[in-house]
Amino acid sequence: MLNLLLSRLATAIPSVLGVIVVTFLLTRLLPGDPAAYFAGLAATPQAVAEIRAKLGLDKSLPEQFLVYVQDLLSGNLGTSLTTGQPVTADILTRLPASAELTLLALFLAAAIAIPLGVLAAVKQGSWIDHLCRIVTTAGVSLPVFFTGLLFAYVFYYLLQIAPAPTGRLDAFLTPPPHRTGFYLIDSLLVRNTEAFWGALAQLALPAASMAIFSLAPLARMTRGSMLSVLGGDFIRTARASGLAPRTVIFTYAFRNAVLPVITVLGMVFSFLLGANVLVETVFAWPGIGLYAVNALLTSDYAPVQGFVLTMAVLYITLNLAIDLLYGLVDPRVRLDA
Amino acid sequence: MSALLRHARYVLSGNPVTALAFGLFGLLLFAAIFGSAIAPYDPLATEAARALKPPSAAHWFGTDQLGRDIFSRVLVATRLDLTIAFASVILAFLLGALSGVAAGYFGGWTERIVGRIADTIMAFPLFVLAMGIVAALGNNVTNIVIATAIINYPLYVRVARAEANIRRDAGFVEAARLSGNGEARVLLGHILPNIMPIMMVQMSLTMGYAILNAAGLSFIGLGVKPPHPEWGIMVAEGANFIQSGEWWIALFPGATLMLAVFCFNLLGDGLRDIVDPRQRT
Repeated sequence: MLNLLLSRLATAIPSVLGVIVVTFLLTRLLPGDPAAYFAGLAATPQAVAEIRAKLGLDKSLPEQFLVYVQDLLSGNLGTSLTTGQPVTADILTRLPASAELTLLALFLAAAIAIPLGVLAAVKQGSWIDHLCRIVTTAGVSLPVFFTGLLFAYVFYYLLQIAPAPTGRLDAFLTPPPHRTGFYLIDSLLVRNTEAFWGALAQLALPAASMAIFSLAPLARMTRGSMLSVLGGDFIRTARASGLAPRTVIFTYAFRNAVLPVITVLGMVFSFLLGANVLVETVFAWPGIGLYAVNALLTSDYAPVQGFVLTMAVLYITLNLAIDLLYGLVDPRVRLDA
Repeated sequence: MSALLRHARYVLSGNPVTALAFGLFGLLLFAAIFGSAIAPYDPLATEAARALKPPSAAHWFGTDQLGRDIFSRVLVATRLDLTIAFASVILAFLLGALSGVAAGYFGGWTERIVGRIADTIMAFPLFVLAMGIVAALGNNVTNIVIATAIINYPLYVRVARAEANIRRDAGFVEAARLSGNGEARVLLGHILPNIMPIMMVQMSLTMGYAILNAAGLSFIGLGVKPPHPEWGIMVAEGANFIQSGEWWIALFPGATLMLAVFCFNLLGDGLRDIVDPRQRT
């Protein structure tokens, strides 16, 4: 198991290096002279040169890269011009909001997509199979920001059963004391059910719009892989031996079919982390996506760079976790390693 | 060729959904070409007197906060949205197919370098990478095209590499080599045309994603600048009025966007059925 862990970690290293090089190169592609930009319009050439030296822009590219890597290792992502805070601190305070939303969306998507895919495969050709096909094709075609707006209109404006689509908690409720940063968990920890329901109500619409967007790959893969497993000889044998259909489907077929579904989780996360930015914009969600969008619009580059880097590292870590999970679920992978 | 056409007709007759997608595609093309000619109003003309009017006989999709006709704007925007998507898909195809075919055919260092580039791109959540690229290169439409092409690049590389790899030692390739064709000629004249059908399917499937991506970027304020009509921006403008109940400003551009993406996704699935019957579901 340790070998597996180490070999998987080793495969993530080139990705992390690649991500660091790309984010570094992205800052060097910035149009114009960052030093002149930081110095302002009225700066003298001397002041610009001073700032250039301070930012390390007078050094050669490899030297600048070393400085960049050193900064990263010490957790320094620069300072945001808009908030005046270090980017690392800004991102860390906003990360739980994004993580809570994204994880809930993933949970929702899996909870709907996997049973739907299994049912569609077991009852192939039935109405549920057609429903599965419609949902998956329509789901990927729906722009996530559009779904979010539609939900806000229907559930907030028309039906008035959802709270105003602004932020994590209604202004009249006080957020629970900070433990994990996840409002749902924190509020339960202090048994504040009012804050729990308030937070859940705010989460429902954004999480649902993200879940719909990521349903498709999960449901499609579950259906496809269930179908191929159900066609196997061992399923026929199990059925012929008189096992209950439930045992055949869940114990025999589903356990084998779940493996390709786990691999598709990586793609789902890529979708979700991208959709996260758009959904946060729609619902004024105080996460890192909205933070990056606001920084982008004011040409405040350090937060954007920090955001891209954080997202990429998160994504690589998630893929690594998925790989390890795969090893746990499938003993054959462990033997190969 | 007639065999392929007959096969296409056979597949289409059995699959009305694909036929519908082809119809939608025709409609979109029509709107893209003639949109500004047939639009009933000037998409940029503002008129305070008719601001925020719901859909009516005069304004099918209603008017926005500046009194601009939304139907005309949606119609005119088709050209820009499709052009961005087409341009980025073609760019991704050119870069991805050429380097992917070379990687699959030559193997060795070419394959390692191309594979590493593709893997590095795939290490990012793709929309986030596109945001970073546009932010770095500058906020304009050309860079939206470039960013969308870059995030689609690995998909083309993957397919082209695998397909070229299968054909590397195929009979027709050996025959071409034996008749004295250089490597470049074998690659471009024999292998690339051979994998074109599969690449076409890939292009159609990524078209939908490219439209979504470009609209998403302009929704958060990157790329196309208002007042220029573009679906993503129009939804973003309409977003401000959702809470006060003016649904039509965001709904119509958003629904058109959805329909376009839906059309290309169906088209891709349908083309795949025609090109590669084994993958039919």
